Amino acid sequence: MSQEMYRKIRSNPKFAVLASDRSRFAWGLTAIVLAAYYAFMMVVAFAPDLLRSPLWPGATLSVGVPFGAAIIVGSWLLTGLYVRRANRTYETLNEEIIKEAR
Amino acid sequence: MWTNLARGALVLLATLATTPAFCAPAATGPVEQQPLNIIAIAMFVVFVAATLGITYWAARRTRSAADFYAAGGAISGTQNGFAIAGDYMSAATLLGLSSLVFSKGFDGFIYTIGFFVGWPIITFLMAERLRNLGKYTFADIAAYRLEKTPMRTFAAIGSLTVVCFYLIVQMVGAGQLIQLLFGLPYNYAVVLVGLLMMVYVMFGGMIATTWVQIIKACLMLGGGTILLLLALAQFGFSLETMAQKAVAVHKDGIKIMGPGTMLSDPVTAVSLSLGIVFGSAGLPHIMMRFFTVPNAREARKSVFVATGLIGYFFLVVCVLGLAAISIVAADPQYWVDGKIGEKIVGGGNMPVMHLAKALGGDVLLGFLSAVAFATILAVVAGLALAGASAIAHDLYVGVIAQGSANEKTEMTVSRVATVGMGIAAIVLGIAFKDQNVAFLVALAFGVAASVNFPVLILSMYWKGLTTSGALAGGLTGLVAAVTLVVLSPAVWVKILGNATAIFPYDHPALFSMTLAFLVTVIASKLDVSARSKSEHEAFADQYVRAQTGVGAADAAAH
Repeated sequence: MSQEMYRKIRSNPKFAVLASDRSRFAWGLTAIVLAAYYAFMMVVAFAPDLLRSPLWPGATLSVGVPFGAAIIVGSWLLTGLYVRRANRTYETLNEEIIKEAR
Repeated sequence: MWTNLARGALVLLATLATTPAFCAPAATGPVEQQPLNIIAIAMFVVFVAATLGITYWAARRTRSAADFYAAGGAISGTQNGFAIAGDYMSAATLLGLSSLVFSKGFDGFIYTIGFFVGWPIITFLMAERLRNLGKYTFADIAAYRLEKTPMRTFAAIGSLTVVCFYLIVQMVGAGQLIQLLFGLPYNYAVVLVGLLMMVYVMFGGMIATTWVQIIKACLMLGGGTILLLLALAQFGFSLETMAQKAVAVHKDGIKIMGPGTMLSDPVTAVSLSLGIVFGSAGLPHIMMRFFTVPNAREARKSVFVATGLIGYFFLVVCVLGLAAISIVAADPQYWVDGKIGEKIVGGGNMPVMHLAKALGGDVLLGFLSAVAFATILAVVAGLALAGASAIAHDLYVGVIAQGSANEKTEMTVSRVATVGMGIAAIVLGIAFKDQNVAFLVALAFGVAASVNFPVLILSMYWKGLTTSGALAGGLTGLVAAVTLVVLSPAVWVKILGNATAIFPYDHPALFSMTLAFLVTVIASKLDVSARSKSEHEAFADQYVRAQTGVGAADAAAH
């Protein structure tokens, strides 16, 4: 039964849209998070002075503190963005595709 | 009822404390035993009593294999998010990361970020596919379209290797911590942790394990938040004022506010971070948690909740490290013989505990000690369950019985396997007493990133993967990760006593993971057998199931 359904789903053009949209979105977000993190690590390795400079003139806190925190908070917000879109838009589309294959 | 139970247990412990066995000084290297901490023990006894109550409740709901391995798929996304956070944040998070910030400043923060970044990646690329393709273990996914027997054997070996290394780290940590915080001897502590772990998992399976992890996550988040607020209140809720005090006190001065020497070598930094980021995505006890929710929608929600909780707690822990510099580091009572800057009382992992004592006296110290112990219990329970399911579901049912075992036998085997895991944990915990186990963390994450992760991600995403490719690549990753760690400074120099390390880096992932991917791809491409052709064809159906969830294991069905 499943195999017949898989065949039907594959031939539904909506499935191709779902798969390619979601995968572009997911890989795009992955690339953003990894790029931000590894850019940060490269600054740590090659230009640490950038992160050591004071956050404002005379401050003890350094520029690195908000940058580091922004990686954590920012990438969490991106997971929120992904889950929101996946659980609403993609899930609705997914349910349509499954219904049409039954 | 709980208070009576707690009081009873306290009396029992107090009686035990006066017997010679408990008073005997434990000769255990770097960690000295502390006087018996009654408040901490009382709070811990309350936690144990509550979790045993939950285990009793869960035991009556654990009727099928689906209940035992996956809590019947009936955990909600939010609950599972808390449980994932509770499973992932070990005592090393609370004590280790805060003490790293305490001693190294900003470098500790960089390290902490590395432990976080795997989570967004798991959300984007893995959560929904894990749920849609898996049932009880990650071997279900690896064996989905590949040859069942070799893939299950291989995945079980990968899981058990990671679980054992991680378990040793946790048991040794538990022994030292309990000795330190509660004043109980090392061996008693290890046996106690091992026994409790066995009871939770054997009787309560995934349901009990999940709730132990949820409660522990709440305790840890609550404790951390209280500590954060009390610490900030000392500095008028200004991070800048706290930082000024910290810089004035710390021996490295203003240097603690920027990157130091710890991660200055880019190869070390990248290899460490690859191991942590992709190792997190290959930890069997974490992957298992995705099979406890009813569908992909809840799986996504759970990883969003978990990522938020983990990120929040990591930031809190870093501020606590900074607060510990400002408050603890300048106070001679926390240093051995009052010599500031030399040896901290109780050893390197203690700054956050001293901070609790400084901010909230013995009550807060006792509470945080109990939280630390609860944390270890929750993590080892998750590990034991992952190990038991690899043995029972993959090796016994999948390989030995070739998928034809009945459910009753499977559950018996998994319970026997749990006892086996418990005994192994106790024996290994005692055997590794006084050993420097830091390298085992590198090993656990290195193996997870070089063995489990490549096979898992390629089986989900790459049509061209074949059985021979996965086996060749996975085994190469395993051999490479273990060999490189043995040849690294942490083992070759510090443990084996050689002058210089053959492999100069402590973390293998950059090399072993890359090699594993390369070998997997090349061996898959070279495989032109008829079997490989049908494996390529089977990807089409797997792809539809991964995307839509049609045909996904319905763990809720009994």
